[in-house]
Amino acid sequence: MAREAVMSGTYFMNGDEACSEGALAAGCRFFAGYPITPATEIAERMSSRLPEVGGIYIQMEDEMASMAAILGASWGGVKAMTSTSGPGFSLMMENIGLGLCTETPCVVVNVQRAGPSTGLPTLVAQGDMMQARWGSHGHYEIIALCPSSPQEMFDFTVRAFNLSETYRLPVLVMADEVVGHMNERVVIPAEDKIERIERTRPTSPPEKYLPYHPGPGGVAPMACFGDGHRVHVTGLTHDERGYPVMDAATQEQMVGRITQKVSQNAGKIASCEMADMDDAEVAVVAYGISARSARRAVCDARDQGIKAGLVKLNTVWPFPEDLIRDLAGNVRAMIMPEINLGQMVLELERCAAGKCPVRLVAHAGGSIIRPAAVLEAIEAALKEAR
Amino acid sequence: MSGKKTKNIPPHPQDGLLRTDRIPHIWCSGCGIGTVFSSVIAAIQKTGLPLDDVAMVSGIGCTGRMAGYIKLDSYHTTHGRAIPFATGLKLARPQGTVIVASGDGDLLAIGGNHFIHAARRNLDLTVICVNNLNYGMTGGQNAPSTPFGAKTTTTALGNPEEPFNFCDLAAACGSVFVARWTSLHIRRLVDSIVKGTKKRGFSFIEVLAPCPTSFGRRNKMRNPLDMVRFYHERSVIRNNINPREAVLDFSKNIVVGEFVDIERPTWLDNYQLINRRELGEWPDLYQKAAPPGRKAAG
Repeated sequence: MAREAVMSGTYFMNGDEACSEGALAAGCRFFAGYPITPATEIAERMSSRLPEVGGIYIQMEDEMASMAAILGASWGGVKAMTSTSGPGFSLMMENIGLGLCTETPCVVVNVQRAGPSTGLPTLVAQGDMMQARWGSHGHYEIIALCPSSPQEMFDFTVRAFNLSETYRLPVLVMADEVVGHMNERVVIPAEDKIERIERTRPTSPPEKYLPYHPGPGGVAPMACFGDGHRVHVTGLTHDERGYPVMDAATQEQMVGRITQKVSQNAGKIASCEMADMDDAEVAVVAYGISARSARRAVCDARDQGIKAGLVKLNTVWPFPEDLIRDLAGNVRAMIMPEINLGQMVLELERCAAGKCPVRLVAHAGGSIIRPAAVLEAIEAALKEAR
Repeated sequence: MSGKKTKNIPPHPQDGLLRTDRIPHIWCSGCGIGTVFSSVIAAIQKTGLPLDDVAMVSGIGCTGRMAGYIKLDSYHTTHGRAIPFATGLKLARPQGTVIVASGDGDLLAIGGNHFIHAARRNLDLTVICVNNLNYGMTGGQNAPSTPFGAKTTTTALGNPEEPFNFCDLAAACGSVFVARWTSLHIRRLVDSIVKGTKKRGFSFIEVLAPCPTSFGRRNKMRNPLDMVRFYHERSVIRNNINPREAVLDFSKNIVVGEFVDIERPTWLDNYQLINRRELGEWPDLYQKAAPPGRKAAG
């Protein structure tokens, strides 16, 4: 019995499965991927679900092909996704760059495991955060979301599609092994309660259409294969016609457009949640699974009478600079727990700009950050501040 | 055109499929790609397909630039990845016709893995490979097509490797239509591209083309006409032979022709049949013949 595209209801499912359901609810009808722990369950779920809703699942020969295939599908007019983990994410980098340069909406899910190299395939890490930002060559802006629960795997995947369609670029869902594999309650809303954004298509006649002439909001309407606009799409530096032009002025214009459409809308893209922040003296800034460790540590601190609070970053790229700058002036210290030896904390320090001390709680991967370690850091930071 | 419109140039019959505002092109004098390109355009015109439903996908290299000059939906992707990009494009819009234009290095060195898997899957793509025996765009390096002993910038004393027989490889991987011509066999090449485009499944057409600038000048064929003459004198047409025997022995002869024309269900045919549970269960599957026509082939 074929199930609906939006399986409204309450479920007990893991994060990878919830991610797949989020994709389908957002309108994804094409998935290309390659098996890799701990992201495989996304592909498995898509392989059984997509045929039920008239979509295409194809297992490609590698991650380079998977990434290329979803770009092709997106130009075919279909919402498309792939999922992977560290080694596969590395292989996708070149074509993520093609997606950025050609302004192709799609979603890439990275269920992070510990690296470098093959690392710890079955164990958690958050070591790909800077790779997400800078992994493909050249200068660009990226959007990355960090879910910290199966429910957020669903919700953020829907949002990732909406952001990708709005801003015409590959959007990254930077999950991790624990979020991908943990089973929790997931509520899939009624179909009419799910916000679904579709890319803007051109209204001008083909002879007047400029495929990279930005409309309102800095994003150009997108003509897909078969729309009759006969668009040329290239990874070479191109002008507003989409034609390659090999000079510095065109490069400046193109890179300016693909960066500004994100940076100028950073306020709209940014999403974070505050807990216990009203009177907080110490802010724990966290993302992904580490936000769960941080939440527990903040509760424990409050039980001891320590005024700690949590800033949970739902979007990590673009980094919420304004928020952190303001925050740095209002707290005595900021703490970032992350499962790497210090990546997003560099951004935190940059935006704190010396206004308050920043402390890192970190290890190289293989397990979550213990809440007790975050609590210790809260206590130590407060001691130092007094 | 560089803005000089002093003469009234009459329209060319292929102008409708050309991005004339991008001419002059980047290809060198004596290069065979232009001939192949106009053969592709002639073939597309001959098929009578609605042009808005035909797309060209290319990778990187001299041949990859074809996508920039053809007035179709055209996608100039990354090096080696034309086929997987085309896979997504075709499966997202199965009613469309997707032609892949790729050079020998792009298609069968960096893109070799995609090539063999797309042929195995029998994706409904028409893949045209311009084989100029070297990496032309980067100045003439050794490629998987470079003949044994030939000189390139990275094999100054001669290529120590054996090249692929592309047609044999395509056939072995399951390609349903395989042909090889040189850029001199224009009429036959156009016919093969028409057949390949109309054929449901993975069609492969190799076209040997002269590259005097990068390959010829290091191999005693500096003059553009030398290589053309070489192909003219040594080409032997042998249709329907086993492509394993269609060896490119440049010291003797260059075997060209249409080697494979078979029927096999496409990837999308089987995807749909399997998902409708119409093929039974492994290992007792009911074989289904390839359905006729072009509708929704993938």
